[in-house]
Formats: sequence, structure tokens, C-alpha cells
Amino acid sequence: MKKQTKFAIGSAVIVVSMAFLAWLGYGESKTYYHTIAEISTLHGSAAAHRIRVGGTVQPGSIQHVSGRTDFILLGEGKSLSVSYTGNDPLPDSFVDNSQALIEGRLGPDGKFVAEHVQAKCASKYEAAPGEAPRPASSASPSGKT
Amino acid sequence: MDVFGSFALLLAFVCALYALVGGIAAIATRHPLLIKSARQAGMAACCLIFLATFSVVYLFVTDSFSMAYVVSHSNRDLSTFFKVVALWSGQEGSLLFWCFLLSLYIFSVLVSYRNKHGELMPHVATILAGVQLFFLTISNFVASPFKALAIANASGGLEYFAKADGNGLNPVLQYPEMIIHPPNLYSGYTGFTIPFAFALAALLARYPGEKWIHLTRKWTMIAWCFQTIGILLGAHWAYAVLGWGGYWGWDPVENASFLPWLTGTAFLHSVMMQEKRGMMKVWNVWLVFITFMLCILGTLLTRSGLVSSVHAFAQSDIGKWFVGFLLIVIAVCLYAYFKNRDYLKSENQLDSIVSRESSFLFNNLVLLVACIAVLSGTLFPVFSDWITSNRISVGPPFFNKVLIPLGLLLLFLTGVGPLLAWRKTSGESLKRNLLGPTVAGFVGGGIAYALGAKDVFALICFILSTFVAGTIAQEYYRGAKVIKVRSTLNWLSSAMELTLRNTRRYGGYTVHFGIVMIFVGLAGQAFNQEVQKEIGVGGTVKIGPYELLLQALDQKQEKNYMAERMIVEVMKDHKPVMILFPERRNFPTNQESGTMVAIYSTLREDLYVVYAGVNQGSDVPTIHVFLNPLVKWVWFGGVVVVMGTIVALIPSRHSVLVLAGSKAPKVAPGFAGAVPSSVAVREGHD
Repeated sequence: MKKQTKFAIGSAVIVVSMAFLAWLGYGESKTYYHTIAEISTLHGSAAAHRIRVGGTVQPGSIQHVSGRTDFILLGEGKSLSVSYTGNDPLPDSFVDNSQALIEGRLGPDGKFVAEHVQAKCASKYEAAPGEAPRPASSASPSGKT
Repeated sequence: MDVFGSFALLLAFVCALYALVGGIAAIATRHPLLIKSARQAGMAACCLIFLATFSVVYLFVTDSFSMAYVVSHSNRDLSTFFKVVALWSGQEGSLLFWCFLLSLYIFSVLVSYRNKHGELMPHVATILAGVQLFFLTISNFVASPFKALAIANASGGLEYFAKADGNGLNPVLQYPEMIIHPPNLYSGYTGFTIPFAFALAALLARYPGEKWIHLTRKWTMIAWCFQTIGILLGAHWAYAVLGWGGYWGWDPVENASFLPWLTGTAFLHSVMMQEKRGMMKVWNVWLVFITFMLCILGTLLTRSGLVSSVHAFAQSDIGKWFVGFLLIVIAVCLYAYFKNRDYLKSENQLDSIVSRESSFLFNNLVLLVACIAVLSGTLFPVFSDWITSNRISVGPPFFNKVLIPLGLLLLFLTGVGPLLAWRKTSGESLKRNLLGPTVAGFVGGGIAYALGAKDVFALICFILSTFVAGTIAQEYYRGAKVIKVRSTLNWLSSAMELTLRNTRRYGGYTVHFGIVMIFVGLAGQAFNQEVQKEIGVGGTVKIGPYELLLQALDQKQEKNYMAERMIVEVMKDHKPVMILFPERRNFPTNQESGTMVAIYSTLREDLYVVYAGVNQGSDVPTIHVFLNPLVKWVWFGGVVVVMGTIVALIPSRHSVLVLAGSKAPKVAPGFAGAVPSSVAVREGHD
């Protein structure tokens, strides 16, 4: 057999087996990004995927029940009730009106069961709306932004 | 100072523009004065960028809260140290800092080669000016760090104002690694510009000889070294600060820094094929091009919000500038390649599947497949959005499934490759070279199994690691023995002498040894344990051989933050070992909080304790304890890799000439005869 052929066979074995492993890993870990409005329209297999969704925590909706935390996530005029069942303590920034990114699956009752919750304060590094000093051009010649 | 800085930056833009346009004219006319003036414009641009960068630092240190960038990333109570490093904590400043580091490289290249490589340097300088011009365009006109705060007044005009205090530096950035991690990583990213410029210049100029390959290789090693340090420091920062117990999470930004490292590593190996055998020239040039493109892509990923990440900077439209620049780079590379393709014709063919050449080919294949896997996993949300209009992300299982087998294959090649001779290896020499290390590998694996390493991948990793370490030890032993016999030196001095005689080869082995240590550390992850528990004062947690007792909780007011501390006594076999202080820090300025992990680290394992939070319902604190075996090996391995790279950069004491393309590798006259053939054949630049 020619050396080039041997090398080509070796390469093909590596590439094909890696592609197969990649496909397995993809099936195991794929997560769909959806908006809250989209979630209510999902059905069948689409609703069974791992889903990541973001929204605003409705003020007053956070309830700590034994073993889980329930809250309502708002976005695009729709709402989604969420039940967080993960082990990690919720982040400190997870409060009323904070921006939360949750990951988990849709339960049969339409309630979202979250395994991970990330949160950040809505006002992070930005001036509150009232005072709103917007960065604007400077007098310097480079300030043509 | 802001006006001074922004003027300097604008002037730098003008100089870089001249260096580019004047450089192109200089190449066309070959007029020596034009070449000189373009080069000097390039140097001037660098100096002006230095001034602009220092003026931003000055604005931070003097608390100039009339500047938007300073307000967003600093506050009065921040220590001066962090005020300086706040330069690279946000989008605009880090882009300027990027420019600054690039200028350091460009300046040293322009100065050190000013009287050398007359045909090549004008091309190099022009390409560098082009890259610099792009970053200066961004820093001047898209994301200027010199924006002042202003507000529209009643008459519609703009009025400048200053704030009393800034919004503070992001707490996760207020750690020592923050000072050294970004400069190293950025030095890696920007450093790959230099080999890119040399490779592209050589191709455009059809520069004769192999000199440019040596230059490209040297600068790639420098950039590669910084990239390695940057990646590992980033991993260490994530480990010590983020508090999730790991150091690598396949986050898009981590992946972005890993991609050029993979192709850079591939190049550093395959370039030897070109030096020794005149093969793979097209492949090498494209590896250098792609490494540079991946650096730009990495910057694009980090800064555009294209993929979501813990590191991601604010979403901005800066991405389209990078996309545009990337397209220009691709177009220029394709043009240069198709114009001068014949310049890269290979001089030799693959002789045997069991040869050094073929081990390099497989090494490159593995690294490239790894690169494609990481790239496609990272960009999966983007592509799936285009193709199916569903945004789908893939997580760690995807990366681990592919990268673990590839890593092990690479580890195997690390051991076998250096033992194979160029062109063709006889079965006899293979047997002689592999017997010892293979036995060592299985003994090492057996010991690991006896100590409880039952995971398949980890066990394979331990076997291969001992095997590779065995091959390296064997090579050192054989080489040092020759020197010892011919001199009065002892073993250690002989090994030192051996290293200095051929720094490339033995520096390379040292790097390999460091990589082996890193693999050992990575394999330790298979045995990680963790416990999370809500405990009050007096409560205990057990993990592995340790028992942790929460003695007390206290608070400590620091200048810039308030720390809540757990005082945790660690006991092993009912004897106190030490006290750990995991912290949670609250930063009032920006209402953020951060964790400070407490780690008790030994070569065997890390006891990693996090004050994870307080149950929002019951107010009971939660402790999160990890027992991570062998983590320290990763950091020590990194140190060894860096030392090896530095050794490889030192010129060898006796330089040995090996001509590329020669049918049989020449043996230096002084060594022939006295040195065993397996050593002598590979003496030289490998």
C-alpha cells in the first residue's frame, strides 16, 4: 500500500471517530435559546429540549418553599412561572426586577423547572434613568464617535 | 491630559496611515529614503500609542471622573494598583492596551531588524502598519477611551461635567491575576501578528532562502509562550475567583484563546518539516495565517456579544469592524497565496508511515481537528441560528467527548514522535527506543490503578504520561552519558551541558515534560469530589480524609468592600491541619458581590472551600467544599512549559548546520562517531 494511502486512512479514522463523538456530545448537551413568548408556543419534541431563557424577575414573586424557590419571569409582555430546584444557593443579585438567565426544562404542567439561575442587577454599571448623563463627544479631536 | 492623549492617538493614526501608504510606495519604487521614512513613521506611531496609553493611566490615577471610561471602571477608594490595571478592564481601554502591546512588538521588530533583511523588512513593516492602522481606527473612531461626560443643556448644546465618584471596578476583576493575566494573553494574541507579517511578507516578496522561517518560528515561540501563560493564568483566575471548583469550563472566551494556541502549536511542529525536509510549505504558511485570523476572531467573539460568555464585554456594534478586517486579511492572504503559489513548492515527499515526518503530520492533524471541534462548538449558536433559526448551544460534554481522546492521542505522539528518525525508522531502533518507556508507562499506570485511579481515560492518561516522561528521561540519559564519558562533569552538569548544546531540542523536551505534568493534572479531574451543605456555627462537613468545622463567622471592613468571612478549621484524622477563611465580598460602590475561595493546596490534592451564599429563606450560610486531586500539577506544568520555551529560545552553544532539503541529515563533524546514532542523527535544529 502506498504511504499516502496509509496516511489518508489513518486521518480518516481519526476524523470520522471524532465526528461521531462530537455528534454524541452534541445530543447530550444541546440547549435551545428561547424567549418567554416562544415557550408558550412550543409543543411536542421542541418542548422536551433543554432550554435557556432570560427575563426580568417579577417583583414580589420570589417564594422560598422547602427544597425549591418559585418565581415568575417576565419578558415581551408574557410571563413564565419557574421553579428552581438546583443545589447552588441563588446569587445575591437575584432579587425583584433583576435580569435572570435560567436553564432547565419545561415541565408537563407548563411550569419551567430551572436547574441553573444566573442573575445580574439591571442597573449594572449604568446610570439610573433619572440622572442619565450619556457619554457624548469630547472636545478632543478623536471624539468623532 | 485627555486632550493630549486623544491627540497622540490621532497622530498615531496618521503616522500608521503614512507607514502603510508610504510603505506600499516604497515597495513599488524601492527608493531607500521612502523605505526609511515609512519605517520611521511606523516607529513614531508606536511611540505615540505609548503616550496615549500612559495618559489613560494618568487619568485613572488622578481620578478624572469627567471621563466616561474612568467613571465606568474606577472609584476613589480603589487602590492605585487597581486604578492602573483598570486600563484593561473595559472595552475601550483594553483595545487601546491591545494597540499598546502590538506597538511594543512592532517597535522592537522595526528597531532590531532595521539594517537586516533589506528585501523583506519593507514588506513586514507595511503589513504591521496595516494591522496597527485597523486597531487605531477602532481606538480613535469607534471605541475611544477619551470620551468625556457631557449632558445636553436647555439650549440644546452640550455641557461637560464631572462626577463626584466612579462606578467602581467589577469585583471579579479585583484580584492579583487580573494584573498579569490580560497582559500575557494579549501579548500572545498580538504577538502572533509578527509571524503573520513575516510569513506574508516572505510570500509577497518571494524572499529566497529559509531565513524567514527561522524568524517566524522565533516570534511564534515568543507569542506562544505568552499565550500559554495567559491561558493558564486565566484558568487559575477562574479557579481562585469564580468559586465553581474548576478552572476550565469551555466558555467561548476561553475557547477563543485556546484556538490560536492550537494552530500555533501545530505550526511550531510542522515548521521543522520545512526546515529539515523542505516539505509542507503551503501548510505552514496557512497555519501562520490562520493563527493570526483566529486571534482576530477571538477578539471579535469577546467583544461583539456574538456568543454569550461570562467574560463578554458589553454588546456593541464593534463586531462588524472586526468582521470587515477579518475579510480583508483573508482576501490579502488568498491574493498572496495564489499570486506566489509556486514559491511554496514542496521539495520532498513522505517516505514512510513510521517516520518523524508522519508523526508530525498526525500531530498537526490532531491539533487541527481539535481546533475545528472547539471552533464549531463555540460558534454553534451562531451557525444554528443561521441554518435552523433556532439558537442552540453545546456544553462541556460536547467538548470533552472530542477533546479528551484527541488529547490522549497527542500525548502518545509526544512520546513516540521524537523517537522516530527522519524519513524511515527501522523496527530494530523502534524496539530499542520504546521498550524502556513502555515498561515505565505500564508500571506508572499500575501504581495509579493501585492508588485508586479506576477511570478509563484517567488511567490511559497516567500510562501515557509516564511513558512520555520515560522517553524524555531516556533521551536525556543517553545524551548526558556521552558528555559524561568525554568529560569530567557529573550527571547534572552533563545534562545542563547537553541542553545548552542543543537548546531547541532539549528545550522542546522540557516543554513536553511540562505538558505531561499538565495532562496529569487534567486527569485528576476524573476524581473530583464535592459537598454542598448549609451549616451553622459548630457544624461540620466531611469530604475525603478531611473534616471541616465552621468555628465562627465574622465581618471585616476593607477600604473598597465589606468581607463576610467563614472561619473553618480543617481536620485530618481528628488532628487540626489548618484554618481556612473563605470570603464573600460586597462592594457597595456597584452593589456587586464576589467570592474569595480558600484553597489548601498540596501536590496530591486541593481542598477548595467556598462561602457559597446564604439561604435567602432561612439565613443559614452555605458552604461548598471541593476536593480536587492533582490540580497543582497543572500550574507547575505551566511553569515548566514556560521555562522550556525560554531555553528553546536561547541560541545553542554549538550551532549545528543542517541544510533543509538535504537527503540525509548531516551530522556535525565534532559529534560523529562518539555519539550513539539515535542521538547523532537528530542533532541539529529539532
